Order: sequence, then C-alpha cells, then structure tokens
Amino acid sequence: MDLFFQQLINGLSLGALYALIAVGYTVVYGIVQLINFAHGEIFMVGAFGAYATWMVMGQPANLSVGMALGVVLPLMLVGGVVASVVVALLTERVAYRPLRNAPRLAPLISAIGVSVFLQEFVRLFYGTIPFVARIPGWPDAKSAVPFPSISGISDASVQIGGVLVQASALFTLLALVVCTVFLWFFVNRTKTGRAMVATSQDPDTARLMGINVDRVIVAAFAVGAALAAIAGVAHGLRYGNIDFRMGFLAGLKAFTAAVLGGIGNINGAVVGGLVLGVVEALASNYLGTTAWKDVWAFALLILVLVFRPQGLLGAKVVDRA
Amino acid sequence: MNKSMFNLAGVAVVVGALALTGCGTRGGASASGSTSTGAPAATKIAKIGVIAPLSGDLSALGLGIKNSVDLAIKQANESKAIPGWTLELAAEDDQATPDVGKNAATKLASDDAVVGVVGTLNSSVAQSVIPVLSAASIAQVSPANTNPSLTKGEDLANAKRPYANYFRTCTTDAVQGPFAAQYLLETGIKKVATIHDKKTYGQGLVDNFTTAFKAGGGEIVAAETINPDDKDFSAVITKVKAASPEAIYYGGEYPQAGPLSKQAKAAGLNVPLMGGDGIYDGNFIKLGGAAGDLATSVGAPVDTLPSAKAFVEAYKAGGYSEPYAAYGAYSYDAANAIIDALKVSLASATDAKSARQATIDAFAKVGFDGATGKVGFDEFGDSVSRVLTVYKVDGTEWKPEKTGSLK
Repeated sequence: MDLFFQQLINGLSLGALYALIAVGYTVVYGIVQLINFAHGEIFMVGAFGAYATWMVMGQPANLSVGMALGVVLPLMLVGGVVASVVVALLTERVAYRPLRNAPRLAPLISAIGVSVFLQEFVRLFYGTIPFVARIPGWPDAKSAVPFPSISGISDASVQIGGVLVQASALFTLLALVVCTVFLWFFVNRTKTGRAMVATSQDPDTARLMGINVDRVIVAAFAVGAALAAIAGVAHGLRYGNIDFRMGFLAGLKAFTAAVLGGIGNINGAVVGGLVLGVVEALASNYLGTTAWKDVWAFALLILVLVFRPQGLLGAKVVDRA
Repeated sequence: MNKSMFNLAGVAVVVGALALTGCGTRGGASASGSTSTGAPAATKIAKIGVIAPLSGDLSALGLGIKNSVDLAIKQANESKAIPGWTLELAAEDDQATPDVGKNAATKLASDDAVVGVVGTLNSSVAQSVIPVLSAASIAQVSPANTNPSLTKGEDLANAKRPYANYFRTCTTDAVQGPFAAQYLLETGIKKVATIHDKKTYGQGLVDNFTTAFKAGGGEIVAAETINPDDKDFSAVITKVKAASPEAIYYGGEYPQAGPLSKQAKAAGLNVPLMGGDGIYDGNFIKLGGAAGDLATSVGAPVDTLPSAKAFVEAYKAGGYSEPYAAYGAYSYDAANAIIDALKVSLASATDAKSARQATIDAFAKVGFDGATGKVGFDEFGDSVSRVLTVYKVDGTEWKPEKTGSLK
C-alpha cells in the first residue's frame, strides 16, 4: 500500500507540473484558437530567468531556511515570471498577432518556428551578450545547468508513514493549488478575467460590448506565461537541473494533458495534468515495466478522445453559426 | 507598399531563410579547422576529420575529443611527421544524433582531402556513420564506441567483422560490463537493479553486465528503463526501491545518470550507482552524482602512465578552454594511429583521396605506446589493450579505485 501512495505522490507532483503548463495552452486556445507550441519554451525561459535572477543576486548559497524561502525564492520566482511574460508577450506581438486573420495553419507553423527559435537562442546566447562576449561566471546553456538548491525545499523531505514526500514535490503541489485559486479569482471576479471568458465565447460580440480584444489576448498570454514560469522554477527545484530542451517534452505532455481535460477549459487543464501524471506513475508501477509509461499515458488520451472527444471536462462544442 | 508586394517580399524572406537553414550543420565547428590560410603552397593538405557531439548534453566529451585530435595534428605538423604533407582538422558536430552524424559523415566523405576520421562518441551514431565512411574507404577510429557489435557483428559467438575501415582504441562493453560485474561481486554486492536509457550503448552495456553478473552468482532484482529525454525518474526509483537492491547499475550517459543518482538518494534509496564510461565525467558529479557512486572506464588512469603524462602536459600547454574529458587520451591515440598509418600511405600518394584505401591497409601494422597504453588493433579492429579502471566519486571528483584486466 505504501508503494501505491508513494507512486501516487510522485504522480501528483509530476501532474502538478503538467497542469501548470497546460493552463497556458488551454487559456490561449480558448481565446485565439491557437495551439501555442512555443509554450513549452516559455516554461524553459521562465526557469532560465529564475536562474539569471539568482546569478544577479550573487549566487546566494547555504542560506538559512528563512532567508532562502522568504527572500531568494520569491525573487527568483519574480525574475522567472518577468522573463517568461516578456518573452510570451513579444512572441504574441511579433509572431501571432499579425497572423490573426490568416488561415489557421499559419500561426501554428509560426508557433513551431518560435519554439525552435527560443530553444536555439537560449542554447547559443544564454550567459552572453549576444555576438559580443560571454558574461564571466555564467554557465554555458549547451548542456544541462545545475539549478541552485533552496534550503528548505531542495533538501527537505517529510516521512508520512511509509511514504517519503519530498519538499520539492510539496512545493509543486502548493504552487498548483495557489495558482488554481488565483486563476478562479481572476477569471470570475476581475474585469479582465470576465472579458477573457467573453472573448473566448464570441470575440466579435465581445468587441461590440466594448472589450479591447487585443488587450484580453495579451492578458491571456501573460497569465499562461506566469504559470509556466512558476512551473519552471518548480521543475528546477525538483530535478536539480535545467536545460534548453526541457520545454519540448514537458510541453508535449502538458498539451496532451490540456486536451485530455478539455481544451479551452482551465479546470480541465488542471484535472488533465493531474490525471496524466498519476496515470504515468501508477501505470509504470503496476502495468509492466517503466518502459511502457508513455504508452499508457497516450493510450489514455486516445481512449478519452474516442469516447469523449471534448475531453474530460470540456463542454460539447457547438459550431458557431 | 501594396499587399501583393508585401506578400512577395515576405515569400522571398521566408525562402531565403529556409535556404540558409539548409546550409551547413547547426553549431558545426567546421570553420575552425578547414581553412588553409596558413599552409605553405609547397606541401599538400590531408585532413583528419572528427565526428563528435560538439554541442548539446555530451559536448564536454565531444570537445575534449576534438581538442585532443587537434593536439595530435599540431604535434605531427611541428615534427614534420609526414614530409611533403600538412595535416588539418575537419571537425563536424553530430549532436549525438544518428541522423546528424550521417550528414556529417557524408560531408567529410565528399571532401577529397579527408583521409581518416576520429569518431564517433556514441555507438548509436556510429551505426549510421560507419557505412557512409566505409563506402568512401575512409579509415575511422573511434575513441569511445563500446558496443561490441560494431566490430564483431550481431552474433558475438560467430564474430564476423562487418566493416574493414572501422577501428577503435577503447575496449568494448563485452569487456566493460563483465568487469563491473566482477568488481561488484568482489565487494560483496549480490543484488543489483539495472536501469538503462534504451540507446545502443546503454542497452548493450547492461546486457553484458547482466549476463556476467548472473553467471557470477549475483541476482538482478529489477530491470527498468528510462527515456533519455525524461527529467522525472521518481516512478522508476520508487519501483526499484521496492525491490531493495544493494546497488544500481546504470547503462547510459551522465546527463541522465547525475539527476538519477540525485533523485534516488533524495527518495531514500541510498545505494551506489555504478555505470560505464558514459558517466565518467565531471559533469556527472555536478548534476547530482553522490559520493560512493562508481564508474568503469577503459584504460588505466591517464596520470599513471608515463606516455600519458606527456599528453597531459602537452594538452595543458595547448591552451584549450575545455578539459580533455574522459576520451581525450583515446582520441589522441586514435589520431596518432591514423597519422602512423598515413606515414605509410601518403609517402607514395599523389593526392589525399587515392591514399584512403592504403591508409586502411596500413592499420594492421600500427603499434606504439600511446597515452592510454599499448595501441594496436586486432583482426576485428578492436584495441589489443583490455585494461579497465573502476573510479569512485570522492567528494567532488572521480578517484581511481582499482585498475585491472578482465579475468
């Protein structure tokens, strides 16, 4: 039984990571019907932004738990969020907005292009002033960069019965809970949030109602990017390293999770992420060897889509007349 | 500008961009060696190619390989080892990916001045590269491929050499896996869990280890795999922990091994992780390797051999920004083996291309004391040296534990 709970915790923490990234996919899709393939890279940029903040702070290490959790971690989160939001907004402005009225395929391919561009940009230019010089002391992003450890999270763990819960897993789950609550509040109680819902239902009527659709889309990208940045920091704390390709697989899984939960539905993204993480962890334990983990995750996706094409929490899509 | 002109301009930019991306390899360092601005007009140019990961996860190893070959070439040019000829380096990045490696091999094969290639690092990339170079009759010496099937064919019991142009200066997994098994059994570890990354190298190493470990009386309590792209190993670790192994044997490379070791210890599985030469790198420790983790590597520790000391000093004096890493000494020996063969084949050749087959034929007689010990090749192209060393992580670096030959 302990094994089951241990794998459950593993799955939930992995799923929380997927969920945080999946929200970004789903929010953007809900409004502009664009699958932002570059969102995985926004996640990666957030992690590298947090690392850059840590470097700028002077690489603080071996601090007390209070200092680390109260000062260093929040600053790193802020730095990561700023980096990913800036990149997301830039890509929206440069790569997606001009293609708003183009055939659906154009922004999709543009997104793939942005994804490749961001990966290579970080790989080649992280830690340098581009084409000028390497900043001394900054790591080379060509291979995995060890992420700083935050005392209180990176090294702590709690033993509950026979299950070892690591503090980094708890941090990821806590981040998901906080972000979900924030999102609920944002979507239901703020003007911009309600405007987002309105725009996703019918952009033309929303415009007629006086909603600045461009601003709403920018807000959607920003929210998604902020969550992805938090996921990036959680990833760095959990696995101890970040590298320029981490966005690819995480983005793919998160996109799967968003579709699983119902694309366009924020709660669906959260549920989809958690379900995907738990299925991966439990299936690899009870159904064959861990080599089959991805098989079960994607088999689940296929089954759900065959029997419930709108996803677990998606509403049946009515064609707009 | 009206819409159609804008469209036309846009199309032109896109086509231009696509055309540019098609040229050249990403991150290719081919510019670094192939210019012949310094070569005097009197001598002819012969190039030694390098195919290794110069970017990406394993670039630490790949750049060490490239620099060591460069050192050998510089020394040969200085000592005028081959009169009438100047040697140059032509390095290509394979990004540890078979497809990219194949492109790199094709590029080198079509360069008439290339007479030999040092590479590759990964056995999986070698499988794509060797046929291309073999078709062009270019000698290839690998400093790091350890998969036995590359020289002995798929059926090791009835070994048949698949490619006559392929040699290696390192020993194979058929020796490395059993050596690790012997070591673990000697230290009293009888229950081991194996994990590999499903690539040619990792899988082969674990297979060889498993056979030898079981034959020696040990028990494999779990056999699991991971994806090289994965970051989260918690599911595998939980499953392996439930089987209570005394050690984990990992077949794969350090970008996954480091985090795997770290996550295993964090999850309460405090057993040593042992791997092959793929994890024997400083980055393993940086990425999470803990004290007590073990690795085997081919050859004796570089600093114990007198012939190796000369290499280490020359490398330091060469002013390279990256360390020579695990395969630097092997690459140095591989380059010198090619240079030795070239001494015979280029002596009577008019141009580089016509000397290619003669270079391959000259390998049978190559034999010298190199940085890794005795350098020589048997009838399969394998190295005649079967010395291996077990290294243990001590604090922040690898320290040699035990050197020996496979019994």
